[in-house]
Amino acid sequence: MKRIYLDHAATTAVDREVVQTMMPYFTETYGNASSLHSFGRDAKNALDAGRRTVADALGAQANEIIFTSGGTESDNLALKGVGKGHIITSSIEHPAILNTCKYLTDLGCEVTYVPVDSEGMVDPGDVESAITDDTVLISVMHANNEIGTIQPISEIGSIAKDHGILFHTDAVQSFGKTEIDVQKMNIDLLSVSSHKIYGPKGVGALYIRKGAKIKPLMHGGGHELGMRASTENIPGIVGFAKAASLATERFESDTRHLTGLKDMLIAGVMDSIDDVILNGHPTERLPNNANLRFAFVEGESLLMHLDMKGIAVSTGSACSSASLDPSHVLLALGIAPEDIHGSIRFTLGRGNTESEIKYVLEVLPEIVGKLRAMSPLAGR
Amino acid sequence: MDYSEKVMDHFANPRNIGEIPDADGVGTVGNPACGDTTTVYIKVSDGRITDIKFKTFGCAAAIATASMATELALGKTLDEALAMSRNDVADALDGLPDVKMHCSNLAADALHAAIEDCLAK
Repeated sequence: MKRIYLDHAATTAVDREVVQTMMPYFTETYGNASSLHSFGRDAKNALDAGRRTVADALGAQANEIIFTSGGTESDNLALKGVGKGHIITSSIEHPAILNTCKYLTDLGCEVTYVPVDSEGMVDPGDVESAITDDTVLISVMHANNEIGTIQPISEIGSIAKDHGILFHTDAVQSFGKTEIDVQKMNIDLLSVSSHKIYGPKGVGALYIRKGAKIKPLMHGGGHELGMRASTENIPGIVGFAKAASLATERFESDTRHLTGLKDMLIAGVMDSIDDVILNGHPTERLPNNANLRFAFVEGESLLMHLDMKGIAVSTGSACSSASLDPSHVLLALGIAPEDIHGSIRFTLGRGNTESEIKYVLEVLPEIVGKLRAMSPLAGR
Repeated sequence: MDYSEKVMDHFANPRNIGEIPDADGVGTVGNPACGDTTTVYIKVSDGRITDIKFKTFGCAAAIATASMATELALGKTLDEALAMSRNDVADALDGLPDVKMHCSNLAADALHAAIEDCLAK
């Protein structure tokens, strides 16, 4: 059976060019970047080059990039590193932010969660009104991982700047898919991850604007400019940097390709299936995200039927989560829990083709029809 | 999360789907844990379930447990069917993932509600 991967917001396949670039750093250039001998210097050169590449992709300076183990660690470092005080964030952040905020609340920090509108958009005015004398950090994600809504980051950044407050954004989903410039967007801290952009897992970065005071989480040998002790993962960093440079290189063609497929998928589903709603913002969304709500059916059942046809997607349904809670993001949009049940996220990637989307459009109406025929909610 | 082969079979090819327009008993139960809903319809003759259908809005486990519950109940006396427990349904499916055990409540409870509806008539 052919298999079609439409879950690129979860993770991506590592690009073959990236794998090729990484290979020598396992067996030949394997030195410790802290060592003084030639093996160490070779590793250090690769590390420095990687740092420059990732910095370039963000409009940052090389010494403002700290490599981490991924997006979750970058988010933890940004939030915990700022120190105690009041934090403003949004209600639709990734659990890496929300659960870190919960932890910080237990330690005595105060956190304000600004709401979003029905399309998942934060109102910068709400962020500004939440600012108090104790506010030390504003953290609002660039693009949402479930619905793909892109936030007005530049506006929020300039509000933070005007008030002299640090501004962090989780750009794990947007990196490589929308333009990012930390200068233009007034960003002080920004999290990115390698495995969402066809790089290896286990590596990411935090951009820390020069002069921003952040305390490290990991203490040890003083690696990463003293911000993250631990021998650097050179093959991972080299792979991440290669993936970032490919993302920059292919930005326009990727955007065109993904937008075309996403529009084809959304229009095709709307044409062939009744009672479908697009979750999130109609235009201010990632080019690869189609989050669709199918009335009267439950998302996990839909997911499993698609899986039996070789198609991989994800769902916000309560049934699919260990906690049995429906997606906090879809709840924050004001969608009723029973409607959240039927939400499916399709996230497209560089390798997807028109014929794959055609196949999805062929099998999906039948699956939805079958589930609706057995649903006591349909036709009421 | 791994579903057993039996769960996948009953999910992919559910038995006894549908409605019985002149049912002797109808039971609908919503699952407060996750929002799933199952309706069971029964036809009863001489104290025995002679026909049974169901409809489910829910996950693979909810559909499979409803399908299995109807299969187990068909031909049983009302007393025998009332004695069927949630665990009987899960066991007949070679078990359910822990997080999905509540789904077997839905199927058994809807069956019991249909029987009680029949007995109340």
